[in-house]
Parts: sequence; structure tokens; C-alpha cells
Amino acid sequence: MFEKISENKWSIRKKGEMKVPVIIYGDDYIIDELRKDYARDWSATRQLINVASLQGIEKAALAMSDVHPGYGFPIGGVGAFDVETGVTTMAGVGFDINCGVRTLTTGLKYSDVKPVIGELMNELFKAVPAGLGSKGDINLSVSQIDELLVQGAGWVVEKSYGITSDLKFTEDNGVVKNALPTAVSLKAKQRQYKQIGTLGSGNHYLEVQRVTEVFDEKSAKIFGLSIDDVIVSIHCGSRGLGHQIGTDYLPFLAKASRKYGLKVFDKELVGAPINSDEGRQYIGAVNAGINCAFANRQAITHLTRGVFEKMFSESSVKVLYGVGHNTAKFEKHDGKKLLVHRKGSTRAFGPGCKEVPLKYRSTGQPVIIGGTMGTHSYILRGTKLGMSETFGSACHGAGRSMSRVQAKKKWDGDVLVKSLAKRGIIVKAHSFKGVAEEAPGAYKNVDSVVNAMHNAGVVSKVVKMVPLGVVKG
Amino acid sequence: MYEQFEHKADVGVRGLGRTVEKSFEECARAMYAVMTDLSSVKPVKIFNVECGAENVEELLVEWLNSLITLTDTHNYFFSEFKVKIENNKLNGSVKGEKINPKKHELLTEVKAATYSQLKVFKKGKNWIAQTVVDV
Repeated sequence: MFEKISENKWSIRKKGEMKVPVIIYGDDYIIDELRKDYARDWSATRQLINVASLQGIEKAALAMSDVHPGYGFPIGGVGAFDVETGVTTMAGVGFDINCGVRTLTTGLKYSDVKPVIGELMNELFKAVPAGLGSKGDINLSVSQIDELLVQGAGWVVEKSYGITSDLKFTEDNGVVKNALPTAVSLKAKQRQYKQIGTLGSGNHYLEVQRVTEVFDEKSAKIFGLSIDDVIVSIHCGSRGLGHQIGTDYLPFLAKASRKYGLKVFDKELVGAPINSDEGRQYIGAVNAGINCAFANRQAITHLTRGVFEKMFSESSVKVLYGVGHNTAKFEKHDGKKLLVHRKGSTRAFGPGCKEVPLKYRSTGQPVIIGGTMGTHSYILRGTKLGMSETFGSACHGAGRSMSRVQAKKKWDGDVLVKSLAKRGIIVKAHSFKGVAEEAPGAYKNVDSVVNAMHNAGVVSKVVKMVPLGVVKG
Repeated sequence: MYEQFEHKADVGVRGLGRTVEKSFEECARAMYAVMTDLSSVKPVKIFNVECGAENVEELLVEWLNSLITLTDTHNYFFSEFKVKIENNKLNGSVKGEKINPKKHELLTEVKAATYSQLKVFKKGKNWIAQTVVDV
């Protein structure tokens, strides 16, 4: 069923209900993983075929090399829809709207940080609320939340939690237009009262990283990166507000699917025509959720900067770039207006795109790929080929290869933390079981995942990092 | 009785019981077991939960999501659950206590209950209520 197009690109031909083919990026190992699970009704391959069967889908249902089963729509999946004839689907965005990564440069070298890394991680662990039930210091009223949902990261900067240049180097400058706070329920807003500036749990983290390899000197220089630089990556999303938007719109879109007679291939893959009241309302709510996540990463940036300024007078914490993973965005590709759903996929716009900050316009946008707490992370750049092949999209991380239930059985969090410490990686976490769920061995090999995308030419490697310390959410 | 089942990225929660209601209650226990050690949560305060849906499966998701919202807005864990269902309308109550990191192990936060692998059905003498929760 998987036809090899080139070394790192595969397809599943259009058949049955499919409107377009499926295209998968990955090496033999990644395709073997898909083959193993194919027969299961929740497999990523079935989910891709379902997405390819949705009305108005453009070109192909795409899977990046970190593809694994999600709910309805695979993680590492991309689906672009014609704005007139297509649909928007909740599964294409998920519950953690605009979960993403922001990477900060610190102006410090490994030799500056190495002697005090333990203290640094203790301070970060104290400063950045993480884990289940964590609450932030910023308490918001409903009217303040409404402002934040419209203004995104800029609202947080205005309240003195950051500097204006932080916004310049964030996707969409940290705010998307046409957010509809009125499409967001009071419940969703109540969940967010105390959650701005918190990491959350699961696979979320704050990582202090060391640049250990430079693949592309020219682009690295433009990104302001060189060997042994210490940088910080923050992975988190829109917290309770985003989760509640997903929760509220799941039955809403189930109803809309029935109303518009949309064929439902999977209970979770419900949606509404983009060009309908329900579709517009959902997209307005998603935009609000996107802005909430931008605001959240901005607040955490501020907390992180505070720790570095306190500990290192010579530090200068600047935003390298910030990307989102779970989004639906109106974009123009080949002159056509589309709604691009990226579920666990990074926007990876290439050189020359006006959406990319001027500083990076010659290289393409920085594409941040988070590995696991024991493996590498990468910063890549978008390419022209990516623009024409994947609507300017790439993978977002290593991608899980083992369930959380299995991982908890296989690893002991306590032992893992000790063995990582021996390798010079300090892990700070509220729960050892949580660490076991996120064990590096529960993920695909991030190097193969990134190499598959790089070798296919969709993105290009710039630098590789290793973790020095992790605050686990 | 409850159990967790495998899903690549998230966690499946399954409740088993002699009635649909019991399976819903057990499914909620399975979900809170993702978040903490249930035996450490004392049933100190009671909250009422009401929700409705188009069918019994969507009702399960509504029920679990109502609990997640309560946990998030009131900062409570729950360990005792009572459910009555009539015509796809659920009237329930839950008992629990304020989350206390000194007392409760903080495991993984549940973001939402999804429609993925969502099923409510009878197998032999038991009703089974299951779905995948996003973590």
C-alpha cells in the first residue's frame, strides 16, 4: 500500500472515498512502524486516509516524519482545505491549541553555565510553574482575558512581561487576527484565570540546551547561533482555555457535521464547512486559543529571563523564534487561499516569504524541533521546496513510538533521572511517573525523523542541541 | 472496576460495571488514576454535575469533560462518583478534596476527554464505557 516515491517520500494512492492521495515523509523504519499498526482502527495510516477523504482537501493529506496516531487526525499531520468548498475539523487542531516551542538565546556559552547548572535548574524550577494544577502569578479577570485573546503575546508585553523585540521574532508576531472572544465559553475563560505563565504537564517542558553541532554556518550566523551557545526552549500551549475550546467545540462540530450532512469517517474527525456560521465561529475560537498560547509562552519567557538576569549579569535573553504546532491558519499557497491545519506539525516557511521576519527572510524561518529529555533537539530552516510540497510544514518533534501505559511499565522515573544525571542532564520534575512516561526510549529516534525531512529537502538542518537541564511539565 | 488501555500519544480510560451508570463512574475513576493516586483523595466535599448529549457515547465525553473543568477551575481531585442517567441526561455527584502536592502525587494532567476509541456497550454481564483522554 505504501509506494516509494523517493528515499524519504512515500504515497498511498487515491482510492475509495479518498479525494486526494496521502503523502508521507519518512525513512524505511518510519514506514515499517506505520505498516505494523495499519490494521488497528486507530492507526495513523487509517487516520491519514480519513483526512484524505474530507471534502475540499487540497493536493494531499500529508504526514511528516514524526507521524503517529492522534485522535481522528494523526499527529505530524497536515491538511489544507479550499476556503470555499472545504471543511475545518477540530481533530486537525486538537485540544492544545497552538501548543508550540519558543527558543531563546542567552548570550552565554557552555563554560559560563556549566559550573552552576544545578543552581540554574533549581531557580528555573522555582520560577516557572510546572505540572498538574500549577498556577501562575498573573491573575486575570474575564475582561482582561478577552483583551488577551485578541492581543496575544503583545498584551503580556504591554503589562511589562517582556520586551517588544520578543514579538518581532514570534510566528505571526505573537498574535493572529480575527480572534473571537465571544466564541469562547465562560468555562474556558475560568480555566485560564491563573494559568497564564504555566507550563502544564505531559510532554511540555522548559529545556536549557547547548549547541553541539552546526550544519549550516551561514544560516546559523543569521540565527545568531554558534557552537557551545546556551539556549532555552519552552514547549507549552494554550492551557485550560485551549483545552476547553476543544471540549466545547467537539459536540458543537459533531452537530454541525450532522446539519451539513458531512460524512464522518471517525467520531473525532467532525467539522464544519469553512464557509459556514459554525465554521467561522470555530475558527474565531481557535484564533483566540492561538493568541492565548502565544501569551503563555511570552509570560514564561519573562520568568526565564528574570532567572538568567539574576544569575548571570552578562546574559542577554532574546527570542530566537517561536513556532506553533496545533493550528489552523488561512494562508495563500500557489495563489490560492487555503485553511491549513497542522496537528503536531511546525509551520516551516521558506526564504522570501513575507510572513518571515526580515532578519530570517534570506534563510527561511527557524524551525524548532524538540527532541526528548535525553536526546538531541534541532533548529532547521524552511525551504522553497517545502513551500511547494508541504504547504511550508515540517515535523515538530521525535514523535512517540510507545504508549504512556507501556512506558510507565518499562521505566522507573527515579532510575531514569539518575542515569540522565550521569550523562550531565539535570531533570527537575514533580512526578517520577511523569518522567517515565516521557522516557527518551518511548520516542522515535529524533535524528532519523529530522534526517528524513532534511533529506527530502522540505527543511534544512542548521544546528543540533543537547539538553543540559530540563524542567518537566 | 477500571483500567487504562494503550494509545500511542495519550491514554485510554475504561470503566466496567453492571449498569451503564456504574461504567461511567468507573471510567471517571480510571481518568483520575491518570492524574493521581486515587486512594490518597478523601471524599471531603461534594459537587453536583449535570450534563446532556445526543447519545450515550457523547454523554460519556460530556461527563468526563465536566469533571476536568471542575478540577481545573476549583483545583480539586475526586475519588467518589455517583451517576444517574435518563434519556441521555446525566445527573451526578462527585466527592473529593483540594489538590495538595504534599498529600497527592501529581501525575499527568488530563486536558480533555476525546471521541477517539469512544465506546459504550454491553459485553456479557458488564457495561463498558471507554474513551481516550488527551494528556
